[in-house]
Amino acid sequence: MSPCHQTRNPFSEAESPAVGVVCEQLSKSFGSLEVLKQIDLRIEPGEIFVLMGPSGSGKSVLLKHIVGLERPSAGKVMVGEFDAAEAETREKIRMALVFQAGALFNSLTVYDNLALYPREHRLASEAGIREKVMRALQILSLENAAGKYPSQLSGGMRKRVAIARALVQEPQLMLYDEPTSELDPVMSATISEIIATLKDEYHVTSIVVSHDRDLALNIADRVGILMEGRLAIVAPPAGLRQTTDERVADFLNPKINLKQPRFRELAG
Amino acid sequence: MKPILAVLEGIGDTVLLLVRTLRHASSLPRQLPRFIDQCYQIGYATLPIVAILSFFIGGVLALQAGYSMSNFGAKEFIGSLVGLSMARALGPVMVAVLVAGRVGSAITAELASMKVYQEVDALVTMNIPPERILVLPRLAAVLVMMPVLAIIANLVGWFGGALVAHTVDFIALEPDKYFETLRRYTKFDDIADGIIKAEVFGFVVVLVCCSIGLRTRGGPREIGASVTKAVVTSLILILVLDYFLTKALL
Repeated sequence: MSPCHQTRNPFSEAESPAVGVVCEQLSKSFGSLEVLKQIDLRIEPGEIFVLMGPSGSGKSVLLKHIVGLERPSAGKVMVGEFDAAEAETREKIRMALVFQAGALFNSLTVYDNLALYPREHRLASEAGIREKVMRALQILSLENAAGKYPSQLSGGMRKRVAIARALVQEPQLMLYDEPTSELDPVMSATISEIIATLKDEYHVTSIVVSHDRDLALNIADRVGILMEGRLAIVAPPAGLRQTTDERVADFLNPKINLKQPRFRELAG
Repeated sequence: MKPILAVLEGIGDTVLLLVRTLRHASSLPRQLPRFIDQCYQIGYATLPIVAILSFFIGGVLALQAGYSMSNFGAKEFIGSLVGLSMARALGPVMVAVLVAGRVGSAITAELASMKVYQEVDALVTMNIPPERILVLPRLAAVLVMMPVLAIIANLVGWFGGALVAHTVDFIALEPDKYFETLRRYTKFDDIADGIIKAEVFGFVVVLVCCSIGLRTRGGPREIGASVTKAVVTSLILILVLDYFLTKALL
């Protein structure tokens, strides 16, 4: 996959090639449970790709394969020119994953959570790191939280800190696992804006796992819907409405009959 | 068959963890704050309980030895018995058991919690090897602190023995005589052998506890299970290694 853009990060003057992602016949099983089934997917450099699907359909597992946290049972995932399952890929390509629950380091303050990556990789002086960190905190309206510990933050604030931490990593490829869950509408809109800005101005490739249909329709270049481990459809947001797949249509437009809730049917 | 495979897998993972950690050994100077923090946790914070237990173990040894040896008119040898026992066997084993129970369990709980709550995954995605910042400082700290703890355990244990030997009526051994036989029969090699044992025990305990913590999968319940497994495994390994090391060092 050849790069088509240069990534210029908001925190860095350096430019790096934007990277795409290719899944080839990707399958993953945990014991007898087949979670991903022969996924073929190509995400272009600089694209915003939103992955949707019902709970348990394998969205987060697919994300973990892209960052190399899981190894495929069959097939492979390529990030740029590198196999995602190889540890060297993370040395060659800067990837950042915003975990669903934040995955913040509980023993570190918010500031130190953000400063960990540049410190460990010796990317800047302490003054330079401070500047990057404070800028990321400012973007996410977290300036006052710098000295707090993750346990002192609300769920939404933890999510924002996780996004700020990812921004400080100056990623070429940014992955989000439910970035707007636990956030209020204003902050959800801010996150959508950040994702869109990273694409428009800095050509960062973004892969977003979300249940948030509005987010998907507003920011995605393309949306993929996973159903029972298979990609049921990959299309631009406008194309989703034309789907003939009933499961996809039901997922996008769930029919809720309040007069006849399912639990009443079950109760007989 | 499955439990055997699980044990072999655990051994393999632990050896691999050690190899991966040693590959980052050159980064230790950059881990100085974490190293100092671990020295505090393993050494300073463990010291009071080591001192208390050593004092009473020395005292019990003196009491038991005094009771038996008084019958043979050999009570002046209590010092040599306590000295050798503490230096070669009880000191290092007791310190290792305390490190397993107090430090090892905390290490496993912390790393297992980090694993379960995806903090370790976050490190991996940030291309920060977890071994470098989570395991290396702990292994280095335990290597530095175990000899210190072992020596303090010996000194306090010897002192506890002396105090009991002097104050208990049916022994009533003068400290001069106690320490004279202790000095005569407890050689530098005995103390060195004890320190070697303590080093090996401590290193194995921390390595095993790190390995079990980082291999934790599942939810909060598994954190508790990992802590239990780490402490039990550590205690078994301490006693098994004690036999082989004692045999090798005799």
